[in-house]
Amino acid sequence: MTSLPYLSLSIWIPILGGLFTLCAHSDRNAPIARFMGLFFSLAGFLITLPLYSQFDASSSTMQFVERTSWIRYFNAHYSLGVDGISMPFVILNSFVTVIVVLACWEVIQEKVAQYIAAFLIMSGLMNGIFAAQDGLLFYVFFEASLIPLYLAIGIWGGPNRVYAAIKFFLYTLAGSLLMLLAFIYLFQQSQGSFDLADWHVLKLDMRAQTWIFWAFLASFAVKVPMWPVHTWLPDAHVEAPTGGSVVLAAIALKLGAYGLLRFSLPIVPNASQAMAPIMIALSLIAVIYIGFVAIVQTDMKKLVAYSSISHMGFVTLGFFIFNPWGMEGALVQMVSHGFVSAAMFLCIGVLYDRMHSRQIADYGGVVNVMPKFAAFFMLFSMANAGLPATSGFIGEFWVILGAIKFNFWVGFAAATTLILGAAYTLWMYKRVIFGAVANARVAALTDINSREGVFLAVLAVCVLAMGLYPFPITEVMHASVADLLKHVATGKL
Amino acid sequence: MEFQIPNFSPAAPELAVAAIGLLMLLLVSFARRCASQIAWYLTHLALFVGAVLTILVSRDFAALVGKLFVQLPFGEFLRNFGQIALAYLGSSEMNFTFGQMYLADPLGDLLKVMVCAAVSVGLLYGRRYLQDRKLESSEYYLLILFATLGIMVLISAGSLLTIYIGLELLSLSSYALVAINRDSVRATEAAMKYFVLGALASGLLLYGMSMVYGATQSLGLVDIARSLVDPQAANRTVLLFGLVFVVAGVSFKLGVVPFHMWIPDVYEGSPTAVTLFIASASKLAAFAMVCRLLALGMWDLVDHWKLMLLIVAIASIILGNLTAIVQTNLKRMLAYSGISHMGFLLLGFASTTQHGSTNAYASALFYALTYVLSTLAAFGIILLMSRAGLEAENIDDFKGLNKRSSWWAGLMAVVMLSMAGLPIFVGFFAKFFVLQAVWSAGYSALAVLAVLMSLVGAFYYLRIVKVMFFDEPADMAPIEACRGVRVLLSANVLAVAVLGIFPSLLMQVCVVVVQSSL
Repeated sequence: MTSLPYLSLSIWIPILGGLFTLCAHSDRNAPIARFMGLFFSLAGFLITLPLYSQFDASSSTMQFVERTSWIRYFNAHYSLGVDGISMPFVILNSFVTVIVVLACWEVIQEKVAQYIAAFLIMSGLMNGIFAAQDGLLFYVFFEASLIPLYLAIGIWGGPNRVYAAIKFFLYTLAGSLLMLLAFIYLFQQSQGSFDLADWHVLKLDMRAQTWIFWAFLASFAVKVPMWPVHTWLPDAHVEAPTGGSVVLAAIALKLGAYGLLRFSLPIVPNASQAMAPIMIALSLIAVIYIGFVAIVQTDMKKLVAYSSISHMGFVTLGFFIFNPWGMEGALVQMVSHGFVSAAMFLCIGVLYDRMHSRQIADYGGVVNVMPKFAAFFMLFSMANAGLPATSGFIGEFWVILGAIKFNFWVGFAAATTLILGAAYTLWMYKRVIFGAVANARVAALTDINSREGVFLAVLAVCVLAMGLYPFPITEVMHASVADLLKHVATGKL
Repeated sequence: MEFQIPNFSPAAPELAVAAIGLLMLLLVSFARRCASQIAWYLTHLALFVGAVLTILVSRDFAALVGKLFVQLPFGEFLRNFGQIALAYLGSSEMNFTFGQMYLADPLGDLLKVMVCAAVSVGLLYGRRYLQDRKLESSEYYLLILFATLGIMVLISAGSLLTIYIGLELLSLSSYALVAINRDSVRATEAAMKYFVLGALASGLLLYGMSMVYGATQSLGLVDIARSLVDPQAANRTVLLFGLVFVVAGVSFKLGVVPFHMWIPDVYEGSPTAVTLFIASASKLAAFAMVCRLLALGMWDLVDHWKLMLLIVAIASIILGNLTAIVQTNLKRMLAYSGISHMGFLLLGFASTTQHGSTNAYASALFYALTYVLSTLAAFGIILLMSRAGLEAENIDDFKGLNKRSSWWAGLMAVVMLSMAGLPIFVGFFAKFFVLQAVWSAGYSALAVLAVLMSLVGAFYYLRIVKVMFFDEPADMAPIEACRGVRVLLSANVLAVAVLGIFPSLLMQVCVVVVQSSL
């Protein structure tokens, strides 16, 4: 049976769709551009569904493999495939793109086609990152995905957007260039192969592993972002348009964590184990210190940005304690964070579109005028704080479980997030939503319209469903995670 | 001694270009009124004939056409592009004629075709610019044509003398071209600088050549190479002394540190159409010169020239990138970035580890070709933006281009990002190829340095993108150009993007050409 090349389609439908949308570049054609964007993002999302339905959860090998020669001289291949670790992210990414297109509907009035095209192209490139099984191909997608996000922040962002865009770009580029050198080294060590499977089994001594580990970390830590290279993220988030924030939080942050899982752990397992204490320390700093930083923020977007860093600290913690609870918890946390942070930024976007302010102090008593919105926002805030029965709980709980198995005090420190998360999220919620109506502008707010209702409701369903019954997501991960852990435990020396 | 009639056929392209050039000289002196029209058409004819003859004379063209369009389905064609190119470029040996004065090989063929195409395209980009400034004249086209002839001779040179003749033909024409707008103080100043420094560099080169000749008693590159094999045969001190001067002369032509002083002033001072020529086609000539002189003629001194080139390359990458940051004039910025690009090219070239090291030479060749491709596009867009009374050479002139024309802003962004070395554009693979060659030659520290400097480079290229997309436009004048230029320029930029997705197309050709030539 010949099946469709689903992965290629999930990459190229959004990219070509985005280029096609650019044809409607005049703002007179904005409605056409919006519908084209919706069409291509939906098509891109639907084409990823067979990835789940036809996925063989019992196998840890790559599935939906496509492979053809790309650059002969470097023996590089256009080689795609997904396993249980990457498959959920391809679907999540395509799903978020639909939400982003919906979220910009009335909000973006300038250069609509370019906005939609940027996010469609980015979506395709990100699918490419998750699906690439060839080092050079991965790198090409990884770097290329910076360009649309750079433009999105710079063109449609806030007042300080130029600074934020350039900072974002140079920070991430600096990291990935070092990774490129590590790739060149691996290419030569493996006798001219860019195949990830070859790199996974390539024997490397400890010295080489350590160097490669740091080179990879330079790239992925910036993307995650880990403390202390996280400073680009609050700037980028604050200045980005809503869609940009959503994609940044929901997908772009996952690239770093995914890279650690796909590159650092399997290619340099011994170095990863040796460096685990450092990584755990950095993760805990992110969880606790950044948690405190989040509490004192006066800007809602900045607050959620810091809470994202704190949550991603949980993810890296889960990876580097090397047990199944930690790793699966971290993966679940990544997916959940994709939904929750996207929803949080969308909620802030809803407020921002009406008031053009993100300052917590400008709000108060919103529940009186926007009850439906307040209900949605409540759910997502609870999920962000890790309340049981929401998706945020599952991942955090598992990671804490794994951490306690690893070392009680690590688990104890990690568990403080339950308090800190509740503190910063719910305190913000209280100040924005509850109380008396703060001022005349708040009193004039209108509740969410049906379009906003649709995407918030869809996300709410996802958050609840995942919180109540996470099995469909964890099921596909088991085999791949077990295989990866076995590989790391075996080592390469 | 019996006189043998030399085989003229390998030199047919140069002979044809020269003949048409001379014919043009004659015609334009009689046809006063439509002289520049005639010159315009004849120049393109000459370039076309030159390119076609290069292909036709050297190998069996019919076989190529057959192979390309009949025998192979398209997918197969893409995959085996390199092999097909080899089959077409044919034999691996070099064809010498006029004694050893002249040689034709696949490398030369490829460069000559590329030069003809680049010059022709550059002329099309620049025509309206020249007309707006009342600079279009038959002299301009004549000078361009003779400079191109100089480049072709230089590429095909098999001996020190031929190299020098080609170089001088190119240089003298270029000096005059820079000063073609004789009423402009800036242009004449630039021409003066170019001339004085260029004459000095020619002197250095000639001096070095005389040393090499003195030590080896031969002018032909192959003879020189042969006599260097035996370390006792030639006086090493004299040879090395000569080598230093030769490298200096070559470095001047490439425009690398410390012989880069002329580059920014000449780029900025010349009319943009002339800058385009100096920045694109001349670089290929310089690249050919490096290949012939060092890789072919003086291979046995590799340890010495490698070190010199590496130092020069690193210095250029550092200085070029750091200085480019502070420029406000786009032409000047491209000048400094060009210095760093030439540094990258030399870095790849100097990563050679053995005779005919494919990795190193092919990376340099690939870098040179893609650099020319993107430089053409960059200056093409500057020419497109300029109009009577506006040079469009300041970075601020590009403010808010996205609001004026999304298409040209997008294309310029592609060119800038490609030059910055970002994937999906071809500039990334050029840098990657070089880095990979550098790393495999064992210079990992240099690779790290080059990578860090390309991060610096990303900053100033991104600034152009920033200005175009994030700033508000200063004037909203529509961008006018004839359809031909629009289509050609768009195709040029699309080539940058398409080669970034399928770099194999050009890479295989470079590899095969280098394998069969060097």
